[in-house]
Amino acid sequence: MKQESPSPAWPREIYDVFKQVGIEQIAFVPDAGHTQLIKDCEADNAIEAVSLTSEEEGVAMLAGGWLGGKRGALLMQSSGVGNCINMLSIIQECRFPLLMVVTMRGEWGEFNPWQLPMGQNTQKVLEHAGVIVQRADHANEVRDVVNAAALMTFNSNRPIAVLLGQRLIGFKDWSK
Amino acid sequence: MDALLKSRGDALIVTGLGSTCYDAGTADHPNTFYLWGGMGAAAMMGLGLALGQPTRRTVVITGDGEMLMALGAFATIGAKSPKNLSIVVIDNEHYSETGMQPTHTHRGVSLAAVAKACNFPSAETIYTEQELTSEIPALFTGSNLMFRDIKVNMQRYPMSIRMRDGAHIKNRFRENLLGQKAFD
Repeated sequence: MKQESPSPAWPREIYDVFKQVGIEQIAFVPDAGHTQLIKDCEADNAIEAVSLTSEEEGVAMLAGGWLGGKRGALLMQSSGVGNCINMLSIIQECRFPLLMVVTMRGEWGEFNPWQLPMGQNTQKVLEHAGVIVQRADHANEVRDVVNAAALMTFNSNRPIAVLLGQRLIGFKDWSK
Repeated sequence: MDALLKSRGDALIVTGLGSTCYDAGTADHPNTFYLWGGMGAAAMMGLGLALGQPTRRTVVITGDGEMLMALGAFATIGAKSPKNLSIVVIDNEHYSETGMQPTHTHRGVSLAAVAKACNFPSAETIYTEQELTSEIPALFTGSNLMFRDIKVNMQRYPMSIRMRDGAHIKNRFRENLLGQKAFD
């Protein structure tokens, strides 16, 4: 993996933002880029961390959590965005807040060509489904971008996806 | 549905889209969240709500077609096993909304068996009125994760619910449950 630093601080910064804004539920389909964040959330007794079989389950789950008064976040890889599309109609019709944190594949030095169809269309697909998209491509902007997105989603009752660029996360060097 | 809703107490209810949504409207209540779309969402909305309101019981009432679209949710919910969640499928073995095509439950698939295999401690199929009457109270007062598939006939009833605006249904539910905190 080539990364901006070998053991990046930004996953912990996302966790810190989650705590600051009062996130009490996270739903996730695992991704290597979210490994540390998932560990931190699972170790926190004040956060219900739910492993999903497919990403759309998380959209429905967090809507249910919000009905019950809880703030949540959905963690996934860009390939999971396509799974969410029809479920996002609930978010739009009911004006649910939804914070998605999406690690990108298929956009920066990707070794696996099968990742490109979804990775190259992730932002467009989200925007077509009514989701506001914001990006972080460098470690020093992750905290601010996630924080701003979290504040806006819970203050406006609208869905926001933060795309964490593959440049930030690093890519596998297939030539080795 | 009538018998179910009479026993609701202070339970929080999520319906699936289609007939269960319409039928639940015959006894409208602010503690019911009606899904008019998002097929396959009901069980997972129930999970989020049950985790978010651990001192209340959440009951999901949905159809066989809606539940078949969310078989993965059985695994996710079974793995988490919240004690305050019941999932009830009103199973007429057909897609009533779209022309009465048979669903897989008509062709040998048992949702209760799926639930059992997915770590639900209690999962049964209910065939008779008598069984239903004796099973209903536990769905609302039980102390464990439950699944019940209630076999029903294919008779359809007039659509009773007029409330369709999703934001209104959500806000009404939250305001009733959370009071002013709903708008923090």
